[in-house]
Amino acid sequence: MANFTKLSFKKGELNQKLADLFKGMMEKGVVDALLAPMIQPKRGVMLTLVTDPSHLGALDPFAPVVPVNGARIASSITAKPSGRKTAMVLRSCEIRALVELCKLKQANLDDVLLIGMDCLGRYENLDFVKLRAEGQSSEAFLEKALAGNTESGGCDVSGACKICEFPVPDNVDLRLCAIGTGAEAVYLESLTPKGDKALEAAGLNTGETPAGREAAVQQLVKKRKEACDAALAQYRESTPSIDALEDRVANCINCYNCRVACPVCYCKECVFVTDTFRHNGDQYMGWADTFGTLKMPTDTIFYHLTRMSHMSLFCVGCGQCTSACPNSIDLMPMFRAAAQKTQGRFDYQAGRSHDEKQPLTVFENDELVEVTGQVK
Amino acid sequence: MSEFEPKIVGFFCNWCTFTAADLAGTSRLSYPHNIKIIRMMCSGMVDPKYVIKAFLNGADGVLIGGCWPGDCHYINGNLKARRRVAMLTEILKEYGIDEKRFWLRWIAASEGTMLREVVNDMTAKLKELGPSPLNREALGEKSEKAKMIG
Repeated sequence: MANFTKLSFKKGELNQKLADLFKGMMEKGVVDALLAPMIQPKRGVMLTLVTDPSHLGALDPFAPVVPVNGARIASSITAKPSGRKTAMVLRSCEIRALVELCKLKQANLDDVLLIGMDCLGRYENLDFVKLRAEGQSSEAFLEKALAGNTESGGCDVSGACKICEFPVPDNVDLRLCAIGTGAEAVYLESLTPKGDKALEAAGLNTGETPAGREAAVQQLVKKRKEACDAALAQYRESTPSIDALEDRVANCINCYNCRVACPVCYCKECVFVTDTFRHNGDQYMGWADTFGTLKMPTDTIFYHLTRMSHMSLFCVGCGQCTSACPNSIDLMPMFRAAAQKTQGRFDYQAGRSHDEKQPLTVFENDELVEVTGQVK
Repeated sequence: MSEFEPKIVGFFCNWCTFTAADLAGTSRLSYPHNIKIIRMMCSGMVDPKYVIKAFLNGADGVLIGGCWPGDCHYINGNLKARRRVAMLTEILKEYGIDEKRFWLRWIAASEGTMLREVVNDMTAKLKELGPSPLNREALGEKSEKAKMIG
C-alpha cells in the first residue's frame, strides 16, 4: 500500500515548499539534521549539512548537478556515527552507491532517514554553473526535463544520466516524487515503517496517489534502458580489444581522478599510489631496453583494468569518473560495460538490495563448476 | 617459419599443484617447457593484478592451479580464487582476451600425471588458438609497433 503525501506549490515556489517541509521536520524533532543540496553563497549547489533550520532558505534539491557523489559524503558523516538523526536527500546513483558502501562497512544508516528523490539527470559541474548564471532555475529544468527535453543553452545532462535506468530511487524511507505527478505538485512517498513514522511525526497526512506516475516512470525507464543498451553496444563495438582500449585512454595521465571521484572505490590507500608501483630506475630502464621505448607514466592500461576488477562489481554507473577526467576521457561506458558483465555473471546488481552479499565476499563449495570444468 | 610456441604463466599453489609439478618431475614425467611456474602459497593468493600483468606483458595463457574444493590448506582460498577467476574472465573477454587463455584447474599434490595432462592440453589448445593479441613479439610487431603495453 503506497503512502503518498501531496505537496502542491505555486509556480516558482517549489524550493520554498520543500524548505518548509524540512523545516517542519527539524522543528518537530523528526530529525536533528538534514543533508541536502543547497545553493552556495558564492556559486553552485552542493550537498550541505544543516543543523539550524533557519538556514533552509537556500535549499535546492532538484538542482540538476551532483558535484560529488553523495554516497561519499554520507559515508564521511556516518562511518563513525554521530548518533544524531539525520535526513539525507540523495539521488538514485548516490543511494545505490551508499548501499554498497554500507555492505563494505563504510557507512551506517542506523541514524539516517533516507530520502530519495526522482532524478532526471545532472549537468556537468561547469555547465551547471554556466546555466545558473544564465538564470536557469531547478523548477524550469524539472518542467522541461519531465517533458523529455534536458538540453539547455547548448548543454545537456551527462552521458551517464542519459542511460541511467534508475531515475527513481529504491531502498529509501521516503521518496520525493516528481515524475508523473502533474504540474505544480510533487509527492512524498513513504516506503518503510521509518518513513511512515517520520511522516506521522511531521504531521503530514497521506492521501491521494499520483495517477499518472507508474506509467510515466515505466516509460522513462524503458527509454533509458534502450539508450543504455545502445550505448554499451556501441562502446563494445568501438572498443573490442586492448589495442582499442589504449586508443580510448590515450590521453590518460595517471592522475587517478576517476578513482578519487568514484563513490565505491573506497580504499584509503589505493595500491597504485603505494610503493608497489614506485619502481626502481633499473626497472624502468629494463622495460625500455626490451622494446627500445617506454611510455611514461607507465601502467595506464594496467591501472584501468585493475580498477575494473576492483570496483566493477559495485559500479552504479553514476558517471563521476567521466566528469572527473581532466582530459575528457569518457570512462563511464568503459566501467559500465565491465560492470554489466561482472555483475551479470553473479546475478548481482550494485545497490539493488542491502541483503544481497557482494559476490567476492561469499563462496560455495558447489558452484561455478564451469570455471574449471572438473568434477571429482 | 617455426611452430608457434605459446608462453604460459602458471600460478601454482604450494600445497597441491606445485607439489604435483614436483611429483611429475621426480616421476620423470615430462611436460612442455612453455609453462613458467610461479609458486604461490595458495590459489587464493593470486591477485587479479598478477593475471592482468601477465597478459599485458604478452603471455599467451595463464594457468592457476589450486587444491580441489574442500582440500584447501587455508580452508577456502581456492573457492575465493574461483569467484575471482569468474569475475576477471568477464573483464578480459571484454577486451578480446579469450577465456580459453585463462584456466583455473584443481590439481592435487598426488596428481602429477594430471598436471602433465593439463599443461599438455593447454599448450596444444593455445597453439591452435595462436598468439595472444597482446603477444606483439610473436605477432611480428617487435620492430615497429612494439612497446610495453600500459
